[in-house]
Amino acid sequence: MSDRANRKSETGAFFPRDRNWHAPALTPGYKTSVLRSPQKALLSLDGTISEITGPVFGHSMLGELDNDLIHNFAKPGESAIGERIIVHGRVLDERGRAVPGALLEFWQANAGGRYRHKKESYLAALDPNFGGCGRTITDDDGFYSFRTIKPGPYPWPNGVNDWRPAHIHFSVFGHGFAQRLITQMYFEGDPMIWKCPIVNTIADRRAIEQLIAPLDWANTIPMDARAYKFDIVLRGRRSTMFENRMEGN
Amino acid sequence: MVQALGTLKETASQTAGPYVHIGLTPNFCGIDGVYDADLGTKMVSERTLGERITVSGRVLDGTGTPLRDALVEIWQADAAGLYNSPSEMRGAADPTFSGWGRCATGAEDGLFRFETIKPGHVPFKDGRPMAPHITFWIVARGINIGLHTRMYFPDEAEANAADPLLLRVEHRHRVATLVAAGSAPNYIFDIHLQGEKETVFLDI
Repeated sequence: MSDRANRKSETGAFFPRDRNWHAPALTPGYKTSVLRSPQKALLSLDGTISEITGPVFGHSMLGELDNDLIHNFAKPGESAIGERIIVHGRVLDERGRAVPGALLEFWQANAGGRYRHKKESYLAALDPNFGGCGRTITDDDGFYSFRTIKPGPYPWPNGVNDWRPAHIHFSVFGHGFAQRLITQMYFEGDPMIWKCPIVNTIADRRAIEQLIAPLDWANTIPMDARAYKFDIVLRGRRSTMFENRMEGN
Repeated sequence: MVQALGTLKETASQTAGPYVHIGLTPNFCGIDGVYDADLGTKMVSERTLGERITVSGRVLDGTGTPLRDALVEIWQADAAGLYNSPSEMRGAADPTFSGWGRCATGAEDGLFRFETIKPGHVPFKDGRPMAPHITFWIVARGINIGLHTRMYFPDEAEANAADPLLLRVEHRHRVATLVAAGSAPNYIFDIHLQGEKETVFLDI
């Protein structure tokens, strides 16, 4: 923590988003986007203090099992059913700098592809020992990890026979509200990735590949859990060297 | 050849999907016992300085139908115009006010609701005051990348008229999409994703 306390606070504006890299708002192959996409151009503006700043969360808010989805909803002595995995990685910014203190929240279906949500009606069974949510905060070097079971694919009413690849949803807070990001992590080698209309909202194959976590054999724990590595990159920020400074700042 | 910039590409956004609540507001969707309370549901305490207000509204699609599976987050300054953030260099914000709130839109009525305080003025980059405003971020099924916008206050007409961001809105009738309805202490801010009344969204 001392290292973090000594780190100089950063006040520069964030690099503009490359909106050709991200999915556009309107992606008709993903049907729900048709009526939920703005049709007018976004109003572009260099970040102000309202976007350069953002909430931060302390490690003290975390419960002991917040990063253990195998156990955080399970009855005492029991655990969720499925492929035991560790998901770990690093949160960096576009300059390659670690993002310490980043709150990550994640959610997912169980091993059979069933979400614990009242609007979900897929016939695969709920796992009584699996809730499907977790969270953690990156350490001083930007690293995070959590334990879970590998989610199953699940069908959804888009096309007649559309199935999501196995995926874990991630929500990320960096240091500024402009960095706020929600994304999905996929698993190396899943043939369903390239069939998915949600994956294919992204035009650039390299941007999709950045969402695919490789199997990390070196970090697999023998007789316990395999590991997948998923690094996340948030927007970088400019140095403040030549910014206009407010009077008295 | 020149030196390589060595910059990385930002991780691409994906939709939050229909079950965003499992991860971000688990208690709201009936997953009890994992977290004590959903994050961002309580913004003010008795000791928080400033004028208490409520901000409520709906997120509507291109047919005018309210989204009942959206998630809205807000970020704002305290009553003195200071952000509770390490990147705030102008002074110490009210420690009893986080400035950040999160609310799922209701499964029945599609309403979000925040109990907060009215933010003070904060400066634009060149020092001009911005009118009091609350930053909004909206995600949902069907939204591929979170939408940023701002809510301004209807009883701040003079400040709004001089606001550097609102002055950048070319089609002047669209400024009204960023100004809440209602009056103190209850403001109503409906967000239209698409169509005639489409809210101005920001690339910021």
